[in-house]
Amino acid sequence: MSTSEIDLGERSVRGEWWLRYAAPQAFFPIAGRMIPYFGILAVLFTLGGLYLGFFVAPTDHQQGDAYRIIFLHVPAAWMSMFLYVILALWGAAGFVLNTRLSGMMASAIAPTGAMFTFLALWSGALWGKPTWGTWWVWDARLTSELILLFLYVGFIALKASIDDPRRADRAGAVLALVGVVNVPIIYFSVQWWNTLHQGASVSLTKSPSMATTMLWGMLLVALGAWMYSIAVSLTRVRLIIRERERELAWMRELGG
Amino acid sequence: MNWGSLGAFVDMGGYGLFVWGSYGAAVLCVAIELLALRQRARRPAQNERGPAGDSA
Amino acid sequence: MLSATFGIIERDLRLAFRRKGDVAQVLVFFVIVASLFPLGTGAEPNQLRAMGPGVVWVAALLAALLSLGRLFAADHADGSLEQLMIAAHPLAATVAGKTIAHWLTTGLPLTLLAPLLGVQYDLPAPALAALVASLALGTPVLSLIGAVGAALTLGARGAAVLLALLVLPLYVPVLVFGAGAVGAALIGLPHGAHLSLLGAFLAFSIVFAPWATCAALRIALD
Repeated sequence: MSTSEIDLGERSVRGEWWLRYAAPQAFFPIAGRMIPYFGILAVLFTLGGLYLGFFVAPTDHQQGDAYRIIFLHVPAAWMSMFLYVILALWGAAGFVLNTRLSGMMASAIAPTGAMFTFLALWSGALWGKPTWGTWWVWDARLTSELILLFLYVGFIALKASIDDPRRADRAGAVLALVGVVNVPIIYFSVQWWNTLHQGASVSLTKSPSMATTMLWGMLLVALGAWMYSIAVSLTRVRLIIRERERELAWMRELGG
Repeated sequence: MNWGSLGAFVDMGGYGLFVWGSYGAAVLCVAIELLALRQRARRPAQNERGPAGDSA
Repeated sequence: MLSATFGIIERDLRLAFRRKGDVAQVLVFFVIVASLFPLGTGAEPNQLRAMGPGVVWVAALLAALLSLGRLFAADHADGSLEQLMIAAHPLAATVAGKTIAHWLTTGLPLTLLAPLLGVQYDLPAPALAALVASLALGTPVLSLIGAVGAALTLGARGAAVLLALLVLPLYVPVLVFGAGAVGAALIGLPHGAHLSLLGAFLAFSIVFAPWATCAALRIALD
């Protein structure tokens, strides 16, 4: 029995009930029960947002119907940044609370975060081509998204390169914390750089004037993306728990 | 409703390629992610051959 | 703690002196990379002058990156890193000492060599001065941040490339403002703000980077 489990036992006796769920063994079934609900919410919110975006929001007089990409691009960009912060917070929690689950959650979130970053970049390029004429626009947000993708890939690569899972978790946590502190600095630098080197590039952040329906469409899709991320991360963390704890009695009993 | 016909919807005012290219990529990514998860679940929880390559 | 730090600096400098080749290699790489660009893009003077600041800065970045491999790896390989960690003085002193020594053997020579490369790109005197100033402020930041990456990738598979992947995104702000300072000087604009910001990055890194490096080292050598 690891030290953290002994600690958790004492602490939960002392009343920190939520720490009980920080033990993978306790978290595993709860996560399993929650996944379907988040999945359903994901579908509902996303469809609702897309309905608003495609069937209610009017055509933009400047960009035509090409602007409808924002209902994917903006939520993807929001999620990419949000998930990175959450990943870093799990890393910090792992340091402070010394829980095994924290590192597993960070590992579980990373691929989904990277996916949203990629989608933000891809949809940004497809938006830029018809509106500004080039596949890639070196505007502040897209460039920062690109660097964020590198941060995600670096995190995943670092974890993959360290054999011992506990060590990998802790190293990843340090990297994520360093990264999350740097993200605002990077964004600020790139923004400054962009205003200087304007040239022919126009900012993608100059979205069409936000009709309320457009905003609601983006918000709903973003909510849907969030629910999706939770569902997928919980699914993945259960797989990680299964892989790491397969030797333990409780996992064997579950037949994992 | 914004669209006169299914054709108009697909065409997206001439920008169909870009709009559906974006959403299509999203659908593809989600499908790949979910399929990868399902494949990982089917694999018997194998020996950690070495790297803590959890993120898959 | 201060004397421990100086002790480490002295030790690392002595070790570097014995392997002068390593230090020289980094500088040669710097020169080669900076010389490659005109061969790739053509030597039209205006174009060269415009891209000079960025090229020299990127070359310095890459050269610094190359040298990070030997910051902890050599000591880790022969066990002396562990000895340093369990020694009486705090780990922070070791980290501070090694980082400073790294800068003295990498960043400082790069900074001093840079004007020569700047001349290759036909940069005028004010731009050359800005180049030296920005590198003088920026290269210590590269060493500080690089140390975090070097500690995180200690003993990891494919450490060199992984190190680059981890550290280059974090270098972006330094690059933007470092090259930006030279670019501003090039067209006659004031660049005090850029240098001040670089100074702020330096102060920030001095405070936070060693903590992260210590944490990473403890994780690696647990």
